[in-house]
Amino acid sequence: MRVVAAVSGGVDSAVAAARLVDAGHDVTAVHLALSAHPQSHRTGARGCCTLEDARDARRAADVLGIPFYVWDLAERFREDVVEDFVAEYAAGRTPNPCLRCNEKIKFSAVLDRALALGFDAIGTGHYARIVQGADGPELHRAVDPAKDQSYVLGVLTAQQLAGALFPLGDTPKDEVRREAERRGLAVAQKPDSHDICFIPDGDTAGFLRRRLGDDPGVVVDQAGAVLGAHEGTFAYTVGQRRGLHLGVPAADGRPRYVLEISPVDRTVTVGPREALAVGRAEGVRPRWCSSPPRGTVRCVAQVRAHGTAVPATARLDGERLHVVFETPVEGLAAGQAMVLYDGDRVMGSATVEHTSAVGA
Amino acid sequence: MAYLDHAATTPMLPEAIEAMAAEMAHTGNPSSLHAAGRRARRIVEESRERLAEAFSARPSEIVFTSGGTESNNLAVKGLFWAARDSEPQRTRVLVGAAEHHAVLDPADWLQDHEGATVELLAVDELGRVDPRTVAEAVAKDPSSVALISLMWANNEVGTVQPLGEIVALAHKHGIPVHSDAVQAAGQLPVDFAASGLDAMTVTGHKLGGPFGVGALVLGRGLNPLPILHGGGQERDVRSGTLDAPAVLAFSVAAQVAASDRVQRAERISRLRDRLVREVQDAVPDAWLNGDPDPGGRLPGNAHFSFPGCQGDALLMLLDAAGVECSTGSACTAGVAQPSHVLLAMGADVERARGSLRFSLGHTSTDAEVDALVRALQPAVGRARRAGLVVRSG
Repeated sequence: MRVVAAVSGGVDSAVAAARLVDAGHDVTAVHLALSAHPQSHRTGARGCCTLEDARDARRAADVLGIPFYVWDLAERFREDVVEDFVAEYAAGRTPNPCLRCNEKIKFSAVLDRALALGFDAIGTGHYARIVQGADGPELHRAVDPAKDQSYVLGVLTAQQLAGALFPLGDTPKDEVRREAERRGLAVAQKPDSHDICFIPDGDTAGFLRRRLGDDPGVVVDQAGAVLGAHEGTFAYTVGQRRGLHLGVPAADGRPRYVLEISPVDRTVTVGPREALAVGRAEGVRPRWCSSPPRGTVRCVAQVRAHGTAVPATARLDGERLHVVFETPVEGLAAGQAMVLYDGDRVMGSATVEHTSAVGA
Repeated sequence: MAYLDHAATTPMLPEAIEAMAAEMAHTGNPSSLHAAGRRARRIVEESRERLAEAFSARPSEIVFTSGGTESNNLAVKGLFWAARDSEPQRTRVLVGAAEHHAVLDPADWLQDHEGATVELLAVDELGRVDPRTVAEAVAKDPSSVALISLMWANNEVGTVQPLGEIVALAHKHGIPVHSDAVQAAGQLPVDFAASGLDAMTVTGHKLGGPFGVGALVLGRGLNPLPILHGGGQERDVRSGTLDAPAVLAFSVAAQVAASDRVQRAERISRLRDRLVREVQDAVPDAWLNGDPDPGGRLPGNAHFSFPGCQGDALLMLLDAAGVECSTGSACTAGVAQPSHVLLAMGADVERARGSLRFSLGHTSTDAEVDALVRALQPAVGRARRAGLVVRSG
């Protein structure tokens, strides 16, 4: 096959590209330029998106002896990922930009461009597996549970999966590093990337404040009593405990958590930990990796990239997904993705719109 | 493989390789006083004379540098500083809008850091500066112009500039004129004395010499302030130990290029004309950028916009088919920016992004042009489909 290997400059995508070459594919390395004004050097724990990362990616491609190109997706990334991220926070939701990027950029804009240019598939360094099932390709968890990235791929449709290759899904991370070393790839010891690539200093609240401006309001308890003030609801996430800056301690002396964010009246509601427990959620924008579920199905639901998965039942009603968690999940916020699994197989996902507390 | 990117770099001439390899076996710093140094100095000075002859300059007018970028920086910054030091009101720098970045960026730097005012000389739709444009810019206040810099021929679209008229009018006002002749040298008759220029940039690897060596041909009355300070080599204008093997190979290449120039240019020009014809037959809406009159452009240059295509997609597809070309001047990060040359010529962003340069040189063959023509049609078809996907997505 003719394959585009998306190379970020990190160790995973470099080894993935090498394995695609070994598998006999005709591989072209493509580095995605996602920022119109990239920084020169890495800062903190990021592994992509600087000019230094672009050079690392090109160096890896040169070692593998494959062509290397940079595709400029900065404008699409800004529109589809960064602006969406800001708008979601402004609306009081908690988005995951990595899912958004996989859905709209890597496996949409990039895959479509690759297919139009005569390639057959795009390969990435994601830790997930594609298994050929009876009804076509299935997305499965990686064998290394610590690295499994199937959650951030839960937005891919069957058609997108048909054009995707994940050569690292069956390998633990430390083995990938050893393999990079063995292959003479200079990125072998490069640290893993974390956080959000377009917020290089890791200060999400500061980034949002620069974009949205101060929008002061009040912090209240569940009864509506004012406990303090804030500079903007975007600085808060449901389930957050630190940085609430409340002058008055709770009557019972127990820690308080953000329960609800309401940008319309600029109010942040806080309360005890047990009030965070969510028993049911409704999701919108469902995406199915294979055929949509019929009736009520038993599954396992995961609500954050590195969170534990809990048993649940799900029912699709038109474009709305109703999920009941058998074990309550804590601090589930609107905007987060619920990814549903059948064992290791990813069924699909939906974006949380509404949650209900346990017993509500 | 079809190598159609001679404007990026052209293969070294066998004579230059032989001379360089032989000289590398010798020891000696041309600045040393002992026999080994004297021997190396003789090689350097003979090379200087050879280059002077190739470009119709005096040997003392050849200042060796590390290449085109350094020569352009030395000319633009050094001549600006020299002019301002002797006449402080001379702060205007006039540069062509379609210059290489090695001229535009030093000029911008002078504006940002040294109090210069940079004025871009507009080009017409063929990429040419009208001498009247220069006359008008100068006439605003002739005594405030420090320097005019205008390339001999454009690196992207190949358009040759009317330097003679511009030099004449500049000299009426005592304004020095520099020209980046990196692309013209070896392809056009480049006669420094007849041109009347005050400074001219040439480089080795564009005319069959090695990388990393070039020269600023510098009129004897001009004393640009140096950028590199040190041992005082090269008229105290450019310090640094001279690379005798590279200097020698550069001079040999320039000599061979000058002596073969007429026949070679004729052959390359015929090949280029065939390339243009057959590209337009294969892709009827391909738009030839630059001067359609072969007399007004570099003999090896063909430059097209392919409507509906992105140049970098087309480049990748042609590369995969064994045809090597360029979207314009190479850029470090690898992200294709729309060409400032085409934008200056009045092209819209789409036409600028959808352009490719095919440049021929001394090793070019009919078979290479055939390979391009064979690969082009399917590549354009695919690039167009990809262009539609990107726009509708």
